[in-house]
Amino acid sequence: MSNARTAILDRLRAARPAPLPVLPEWSVTIPPAERLNRFSERLEASHAEVVTSTSGHWPSLLAERLKARGNTQGSANGSSVHYPPGTHHGRCLADAWTDKPELRLVAYDQPVEVLKDTLVHRVDAAVTATRGGIAETGTLILWPSAEEPRLMSLLPPLHVALVEAKEIYGTLTEAMMVQNWSAGLPTNALLISGPSKTADIEQTLAYGVHGPKELLVIVLDP
Amino acid sequence: MIPIPEKPDTFYFFGTCLIDLFYPEAGLAGMELLRRQGIRVVFPSGQSCCGQPARNCGFAEEARAVARQQVQSFPKPWPIVVPSGSCAGMMREHYPELFAGEADEAEARAFAGRVYELTWFLVHVCKIALSDRGEPVRVTFHGSCHSQREMGVREEPRALLRDLANVTFVDLQRPAECCGFGGTFSVRLPAVSGAMVADKVADIAATGAAEVLSGDCGCLLNISGAMAKSGTPGRARHIAEFLMERCYGK
Amino acid sequence: MGSNLATSAATAPDFAARASIALADDGLRRKFRRAMDGLMTKRAAQFPDPEAWTSLRARGAAIRRRSLARLPQLLEQLETRCRANGIQVHWAETSADADRIIQGILTDHGVRTLIKGKSMVSEEIHLNDFLAEHSISAVESDLGEFVIQLAHETPSHIIMPCIHKSKEDVATLFRDHIPNQAYTDDVDALTATARRVLREQFAGADAGLSGVNFAIAETGTLCLVENEGNGRLSTTLPPLHVAVMGLEKVVERLEDVPPLLSLLTRSATGQAITTYVNFISSPRKEGEQDGPREVHLVLLDNGRTRIFGDPQLQETLACIRCGACMNHCPVYTRVGGHAYDAVYPGPIGKILTPQIDGLATAGDLPHASSLCGACGEVCPVAIPIPNLLVRLRGEAAHQNSASTVMGAGARHSSVEDWVWRGWRLMHQVPLFYRVATRVLTRIGNAMPASLPMLNAWTSVRTKPRFARRPLNELVRSRGFDHE
Repeated sequence: MSNARTAILDRLRAARPAPLPVLPEWSVTIPPAERLNRFSERLEASHAEVVTSTSGHWPSLLAERLKARGNTQGSANGSSVHYPPGTHHGRCLADAWTDKPELRLVAYDQPVEVLKDTLVHRVDAAVTATRGGIAETGTLILWPSAEEPRLMSLLPPLHVALVEAKEIYGTLTEAMMVQNWSAGLPTNALLISGPSKTADIEQTLAYGVHGPKELLVIVLDP
Repeated sequence: MIPIPEKPDTFYFFGTCLIDLFYPEAGLAGMELLRRQGIRVVFPSGQSCCGQPARNCGFAEEARAVARQQVQSFPKPWPIVVPSGSCAGMMREHYPELFAGEADEAEARAFAGRVYELTWFLVHVCKIALSDRGEPVRVTFHGSCHSQREMGVREEPRALLRDLANVTFVDLQRPAECCGFGGTFSVRLPAVSGAMVADKVADIAATGAAEVLSGDCGCLLNISGAMAKSGTPGRARHIAEFLMERCYGK
Repeated sequence: MGSNLATSAATAPDFAARASIALADDGLRRKFRRAMDGLMTKRAAQFPDPEAWTSLRARGAAIRRRSLARLPQLLEQLETRCRANGIQVHWAETSADADRIIQGILTDHGVRTLIKGKSMVSEEIHLNDFLAEHSISAVESDLGEFVIQLAHETPSHIIMPCIHKSKEDVATLFRDHIPNQAYTDDVDALTATARRVLREQFAGADAGLSGVNFAIAETGTLCLVENEGNGRLSTTLPPLHVAVMGLEKVVERLEDVPPLLSLLTRSATGQAITTYVNFISSPRKEGEQDGPREVHLVLLDNGRTRIFGDPQLQETLACIRCGACMNHCPVYTRVGGHAYDAVYPGPIGKILTPQIDGLATAGDLPHASSLCGACGEVCPVAIPIPNLLVRLRGEAAHQNSASTVMGAGARHSSVEDWVWRGWRLMHQVPLFYRVATRVLTRIGNAMPASLPMLNAWTSVRTKPRFARRPLNELVRSRGFDHE
């Protein structure tokens, strides 16, 4: 295959090089004062639900939401919720939900090969943190990690994402610059802008085709 | 965006081959309209065709030979007004690339920079004021693809029609959509072209307009032929003819 | 019904014949018209400000041209960075090579079932059929691709592959192919069925395959854009991920992605952004609980280096596959995707297919356009598609041993040469032109409508009526200066 590599690169190098165009200026700015509103509006327009809470209160708000919603994966009693036990917000949740046996917190702390059946079929919701949001498009930034694996935000029917209000950036470009993405990306950086959807059948929107059918965004302020 | 020149004392008129063969009244009306704006109109007798048919079929050499004849026939630095957005687009947009690397490239580029579409020229350069003397009538307008996309002519003909007191202008549902002419496209792929012009005719009919006007004779040949064949009532003609008749009684 | 006609259209010998068959299918025409109208409206709503569109487009166009200008260097950089990240890189000169490379990787890992995210390059190399011959089952997981796989068809649009199917068609396919599935044409119910069926496929798949929207040389990252989440599942759940991309998809830097992404999703489906944008930079790392153990990237040439060799045609490679050109194409809207009998239909297909497959087989495609320019106008990276169509028409019509275009001269016709020579003479010599226009205006109307060309014209139009005298004659009598 190195022959193919050499042949391809040789053919490309043999071409007369085109002039290197200058990149024209381009930027989009969203004033800080407008960001939270824009972020929420855009997400809601994409069929997500956005609620505002505080770092102390959000676990009980979430508990009420989940109780009202009931379980969706057909387990006999209560809801099964993926959470990251090793993180700050995971511990907040565990501490706040000690008196809520109907909400079972399930850690995603083993390889997917071991947990596959539970992940694919038996979890009602997952709670993850974010690395902030993007106002322009109503987008969550996720950098999944060992504590918060990639599939948490994908397999359960409901994804609950926590966003710090102060981490809502104007644009993706701005987020990339401020967070210095090019210095090192994780295995899988993600932008999420709503629940999973499709319009493949007669351009009719349908949600939850593969990933979450619902996305609940909790903005923490402060 | 094409820069707007000063109103000249004299300008050239490029009649186009389709006008020569099928719509000479449209050419005369365009020239007359301009003459009445107090400008001297010169019609070089060496002119023929912009070269677009050959260029579009991939016969660049033949197109260039004919284009060169046009460049040489319009030697003075006067503006060149064309009663067709398609021919104007060919000359303004495509002559520079057609002559790239040729000895007369600079001349062709200068020529291209002097080319203007008729309705655009009437609106922006002549700042024409129209006074309508005609009976009340309902009309619509079809802008050619190249007038819109190569010459940037979109609002100008509509503005002229809206200026006429007794004319009710109704726009098409799909004003930007091709009528299916496309030169040799219409005979290479008659079924596709036919489907396109049938839709255009239906769009025109839906406006209830007594006349469909256009700034391009290729589209007019196509649309009027399809209207006649399908028995669709209404008349199709060049906007210059219509404006002349409305404002100066021909 | 509609789809049967559309499928049979794909077997007709040339575009004109296939288009005629497609045009006769009213249902098909209605589906495409409705879908294209919706897409055009949504796109227009995304670009309300012409200045913002112009500056974003200029940026995107320049990014793609810069990437192409440095293509060999960027591919080497991409390879180096990917390897450093643990992504294995493979180079394929042809479709067949790419098929063999992918099959080799899968066979080495004992893969029996491959779950696929949407990938047009995998269509280009006809991967599913090749893998089937090697006892590897490839399952499409994008809903539209899943539907057409059930129907044994090919995509009719690069973004919305089953646009030619009604919900009733889908309901019937599901009932006939999915065990215990009752007929329902409720889109939510159909979607839920697809979720249930495909979840099992995801859980059981030995490997996942995806395309790539942008590959970032600076960081060795693969960027994937999608709404459904099947792309994420294909690249996360199975233990092995194979990504396949045309080698032109590389960009220099991470900061090139936001403008291109914005242009892509807004142009394609009228979305400010898709639900998911996935940046994959490595396989699963030590301590991580999910993600594939291995990621392989296959770089496909398949004619792209040849296209790259021509400075004008190279613009073809700037494409970001948004599909806006087909959404706005009056020809595509009428005939649908299958009439092109090509992996990439519509305007981009009309310039790409003849360059990949050669003008001998696809030389009629550059003529499947009225050159209306709608494609070039909406192209988010400003590819001058109409000019490239004209260029390819010329390449097909002229025998030229120096041409780098495959099949140059394949459509050469001496008759056509003579027609244009005659045309040139008539329009180059003023005397000939004046005589010709005088003769035509006097006797042209006597031409029988049965003449070749004229009969094509009169199939839907009346015969054009020549004027009594040409303008060049009339100007003299009307007192205009003629010099």
